[in-house]
Parts: sequence; structure tokens; C-alpha cells
Amino acid sequence: MPVVEVKNLTKVFGRKTKAALEMVKDKKSKNEILRKTGSTVGVYDASFKVEKGEIFVIMGLSGSGKSTLIRLINRLIEPTDGSVMVDGDDIAKVDKDKLREIRRTKMSMVFQNFGLFPNRTILENTAYGLEIRGVEKEERNKRAGEALKNLHLYDFKDQLPSQLSGGMQQRVGLARALANDPEVLLMDEAFSALDPLIRKEMQDELLELQQKLQKTIIFITHDLNEALRLGDRITIMRDGQIQQIGTGEEILTTPANDYVKTFVQDVDYSRVLTAQNIMEPASLLNIQAEGPNIALRRMKHDKISMLLAVDRERKLQGVITAEAARDAKNTGKDLVDYLDTSIPTIAKDTTVNDIFNIIYDAKTPVAVTENGKVLGVVIRGSVIEALADEDAESIDTNDIVDVQPEKGDK
Amino acid sequence: MLPNMLLQQLPVADWVESITNWLTNTLSGLFGFIQTVGQGLMDWMTNYLTWINPFVMIAIVVIGAFFISGRKLGLATFSLIGLLFVLNQDLWSDLMSTFTLVLISSLVSVVIGVPLGIWSSKSDRAQAVITPILDFMQTMPGFVYLIPAVAFFGIGVVPGVFSSVIFALPPTVRMTNLGIRQVPEELVEAAESFGSTGSQRLFKLDLPLAKNTIMAGINQTIMLSLSMVVMSSMIGAPGLGRGVLSAVQRAQVGTGFVNGISLVILAIIIDRYTQNINRLMSAESKAIDKDAKLKQMKVRRGVLIGSIVVIVVSAIVQAVMG
Ligand SMILES: Nc1ncnc2c1ncn2[C@@H]1O[C@H](COP(=O)(O)OP(=O)(O)O)[C@@H](O)[C@H]1O
Ligand SMILES: [Mg+2]
Repeated sequence: MPVVEVKNLTKVFGRKTKAALEMVKDKKSKNEILRKTGSTVGVYDASFKVEKGEIFVIMGLSGSGKSTLIRLINRLIEPTDGSVMVDGDDIAKVDKDKLREIRRTKMSMVFQNFGLFPNRTILENTAYGLEIRGVEKEERNKRAGEALKNLHLYDFKDQLPSQLSGGMQQRVGLARALANDPEVLLMDEAFSALDPLIRKEMQDELLELQQKLQKTIIFITHDLNEALRLGDRITIMRDGQIQQIGTGEEILTTPANDYVKTFVQDVDYSRVLTAQNIMEPASLLNIQAEGPNIALRRMKHDKISMLLAVDRERKLQGVITAEAARDAKNTGKDLVDYLDTSIPTIAKDTTVNDIFNIIYDAKTPVAVTENGKVLGVVIRGSVIEALADEDAESIDTNDIVDVQPEKGDK
Repeated sequence: MLPNMLLQQLPVADWVESITNWLTNTLSGLFGFIQTVGQGLMDWMTNYLTWINPFVMIAIVVIGAFFISGRKLGLATFSLIGLLFVLNQDLWSDLMSTFTLVLISSLVSVVIGVPLGIWSSKSDRAQAVITPILDFMQTMPGFVYLIPAVAFFGIGVVPGVFSSVIFALPPTVRMTNLGIRQVPEELVEAAESFGSTGSQRLFKLDLPLAKNTIMAGINQTIMLSLSMVVMSSMIGAPGLGRGVLSAVQRAQVGTGFVNGISLVILAIIIDRYTQNINRLMSAESKAIDKDAKLKQMKVRRGVLIGSIVVIVVSAIVQAVMG
């Protein structure tokens, strides 16, 4: 039995709902509807079922109605039409008290910009859901503490959100949602505001947690790669309407229509583009001269979680992660003992296609080296973008271009 | 119809008058009650404040100023010199009357204004009604409010408070409304998505986040009610305003100046006090870690308890000495 069942869900923003809906039926464009009626069709006639323990990804470009759809599921937005069944209750119809009870016990949400309360400590943030349910302080701190431990955040419990990096803040967001022990997790572009390395870490962490917890997760993203990595099934949306629902494999191999096809097609620019086109300046650490404190400070400053360790000649020695640097700092041992030497390296003329195969399962970014010396790094985000970018023609293959990772669509 | 309207003056003044009369007559019991209770309360407070030895009071204010301004000497020195000057000019009891008037009218304004602000932040319709009324209240010259005040309460300190409240209310309402509406949408969604009730959202999210804005509004309200004090003296409210008024009526520049300066001294002390308290409150919520926060809170509690002890001891000493 599905945990969440969405049937013919529709949301029109504005007054002239009927007229707008007539026009959608006539396949009029969103702009035209807006011009004629002053109303926006946020979501139209969406139906799907999400099974227990599944990660269901909703994906689409900015403005395609993803946020609206996920907010219809916990009724942060009132639906115009349709139903959302959760455990036999139609969320669209239940009264206020019942809705509140469902929100308190059955589903929790994680937000794109974390949505942490700035005046509350990490622990108080995490315990929020329990607090408003009336759970005793001792009990809720215990449970929130557990959730924080699950996400390796317990040491930060007395800090304020503003003292944490973006990645850590979103881990708090996740911990806060999980502390409630809900059946359903709603995640609206939860990782989109994070930089690509942190983002991958978070994806891994989510998958790991999911193996343990088996929640039902509805996850929104505009990033195909993220969708493919996380999603048991993927929905592609366009202008408020669902285009296709299927596994990643199905979406890639049998796209339902031209839109999906262009959305997912592997552009062949991957053969033309090479590492030097998409690499970025690397954050380095001179392992012969610099210690864990400098390493940590640099990571914090560059907002990344690992550094490439080099010697005085800029020759690559390995990778220092934030954890390693922290351990080294605590134990007082030499940083060299914590060096992770498993980082893949590529030459500057490796094609994007080949990089993709190397990087797909790599934990770290890939270092671009020449005679052992570091030229830069390639991060997954850039590879994926190069592969997915329809306008890749515009990239001048003779220049090193700075491909910025996507930073969310808001 | 139109020419008729142009020819004939509409009896607006009469209408307002009869409404006021009607209110006065119908609610005379209530108004009388408020007048009696209010008068009693304020007399008691002024008496108590004047009864405390001025030097003890000055000491408390100065020490308090030193601590709340982060152990800087500026405000403390100013308070010391300023208050000694007022005492020297024999205006101490007037100062206490004025302070009572400001304190009570600010309190009443806050008690009415914050809930009104909350209401208008929660309901667009309420906001649509309340905003123009506030605009009206603020553009009307303050002494116009003296007239209905006298009609309702006669003369004295209670109508003074009444007109100050009307005059000083708008900033608190506005800033409360603004502060709550400025809470980021995503935080509101977060609070809602976890199933907060209305009051949970209000007390756990809206008010804490709007606190600074609300405090800025309250600060303005206090300053406005202080400025209303002079006008209230026209209807018999006691205090420094009365000195200014009589100086104006008799063209005594010197007396007017001394009373006016005393008012300014009071205004500056109150203003800096509220601003510093506001700053401390927000610093508390931003304190880096728990230890610093705890330490800070302990110090402040110490200061508070200390000053209460001083007041009580001085009261006992005075009572014993007769
Ligand atoms: N509160 C609102 N009022 C009017 N239009 C809205 C509102 N929220 C979203 N929309 C419109 O609905 C459409 C879908 O928005 P959204 O769900 O935020 O898309 P996505 O999350 O996929 O970027 C957009 O055209 C947006 O302008
Ligand atoms: Mg969105």
C-alpha cells in the first residue's frame, strides 16, 4: 500500500481558477493563461503513488511547480482540486486539528535555505517538532540529541545556526526533520544551496541514513545527476504538469516525449570538452609546512570540506579532509598520518566523458596534474553540467572556463 | 444636491461633539472608575518615588547606567550631572511626576499597542483598517486629544495619560506589525510544517524574531509620550510640563528654560536606557556560547538584585529615621 497517494492534484494561483483550468485543458501556454486570466497554474492534474521506503524524486526546471507540488502534500499551500491520501486521510480535506496532528507526527520538511530558527541553538532547533508536540524537555533533548548524533552534529548542539557552514546547517535541517520520527520526509531542493562537494557528501549521507531508517522520501531537485543518484523513481515536471514517472533507467532509455528527451539527453560535447575546460582552481595545503589549524581555517574560508595536500613543489600527496584535520588537531599527531592518498588524478586533456566514469563513484574531486604537479580540480557538478548543458557549444574549448556549479533556482 | 452641499456647511463639529457627549454620558461610570483608580495608582507611585531619598535614587540610576551601557562612563556621568542639576533646581518632585506619567502611559501604550500590532500582522483586513487610523492619529496635532480626554475624565493626570496613549500608540503598533511581517517566509513555513499552533508560532518564532523591531517601536512610543507631557499639563497633569506651561504663560524665559532642560535630561536618560536594554537583550540571544551567555545573565541578575536591595534598605532606613 502506498504511503502517499496524490490524485489529480491541482493548484491555481489567482482568482479566475475555472477560466485558467479551461485554458490548460485546451493546452494553452502558461504565459497565455497568465495574460488572459491573471492566474498562474502552479500544478495541474498531478497523480502518483509513493511506496514505503522509497525515494521519490520530483524534478524540473525552475518554475515548473516542484515547490508548489511538495507544499500541496503537507498543505502549506491549499490545493484547488484533487486529493493527497496519507494513511487513509485526505490531507486536502482534513480539518485544522487533524492537519496539525499529521504534520506533527507523519511528515516533516527540509527546506532549500535550511529554515533554521536563528534564535535557537542547534539542539533547540532539532527539538522544535517535539517541543511543540509537548514532549518533556528531558525526553525531547534526548531524542534530538540522538538525531544530532546520527548526523555527526552533537558537538555543535549549543551553537547557533549562523555559526555553522551551509552543509552543517542543512544537516541540522535534516536532523530536525528526523527527530520527529516521521513516516514521510519532504525535501524541497534540500541540497541545492550547497556547493557541489558538500552536496555529494549530503547525498551519500542521505542514502546511508535511508538504508538504516527506511523513510518515505519525496525529494525535489532541478539537478538531473542528483535525481539519478538518489531517486528510486523520478518524476519530470514541466509547467506544472507531470511529463513522465519512472526509474532513472527508464527515463534515460525511454523518454516519454521530446521534452524529457532533451532534458536527459547526453550531449556529445563530452567528447570535445576536456579537463582543462572544466577544472577549477584547487585549494591547496602545503603538507610540509602547514598544519591542521591552517587546513581547517582554509577549508572554512573556502567553504569546502577537503584540501589537496601538496609538497613544496606543488606535487600532489593526497587529500586532507576536514575530519582528518580535526582529528590531527585533537590527537596532536602529524597531518601526514591522516593523508588520504586515494585521490584519482587525470591529465589536463582527459575528456569529460572519461572523467565522468572516474568521478562517478569517487569520494573526492579529481585532481588534474601534470608531472605530478597540481593544475586544478574537477568537481562532479562541473562534469555533470558539461554533460547536460544544452548550450555547451558556447564553451570555447581552447579556454579554461570557470564553470560555476548551480546554486539553486531561487 | 451638490449645490446644496456646497452652500450648506456640514455639521461635522456638532456630530463629533454629540458622539463625545453620548460616550461621556453612557460610559460615565466606567470613566469615573478609571479616573479614580488611575489617579490613585499614579499618586501612589509618585509619592513612593518622591519618598525615596533623591540621592539613593540618583545612585541607583547612575550605577544602572554604568552596567547597562557595558561599563562605559558616558551615560553614568550624564545621569549623575543631569539628575543633580534637576535636584538643585528644586524640580525633583516634578521630575518624578513626569516620570510616572511617562511610565504609565508607555506601559498602557505597549499593553494596547503590541496586541494590536500582532493582530494587524496576522490579518490583512485588520491591517487595512488599523493603518489609516494610525496615520490619522499621528497627523492630528497632539493637543486635540486633550479635548475628549477632559470630556471623559475631567482634568488631572488620568486624561493626560489618556491623550498621551493615543498620541504615542502608533509606533508600537506599526513596528510590531512590521517586525512580524518581516519574519522570513521559509521560517514561517518551517514552523507551520512541524504543526505549530498559532500561539506557538507567535511566541516561539514571530515575537523572538521581531523583538528588536518591536523594541525600536516602544522606544519611539516612550519618546512621544514624553513629548505629550507638556501638552498634558494644559489639562492639569502635574510635572515638569506644568513649569514649562506657566513659564510660557508668564513669559518667564529662565523658568521655562530650567524646566525644559530638565525634561530633556529625563528624555535622554530614558532614551539611552531603553536603547541599551534593547541592545543587551539582542546581545543575549546572540551570545557566542552558553558560558558567556550564562555569565552575562548572572551579572545582570546581580545588578538587578543589588538595586532592589538598595531600594528596600533605604526605605527601611528612612522609615526608622522617621
Ligand atoms: N504564492 C504564489 N502566487 C502566485 N504564483 C505563484 C506562487 N507560488 C508559486 N507561483 C508560481 O507557480 C509556478 C510554480 O512555482 P514553484 O512551485 O515555486 O516552481 P519550482 O519550485 O519548480 O521552481 C511559478 O510560475 C510561480 O511563479
Ligand atoms: Mg522551488
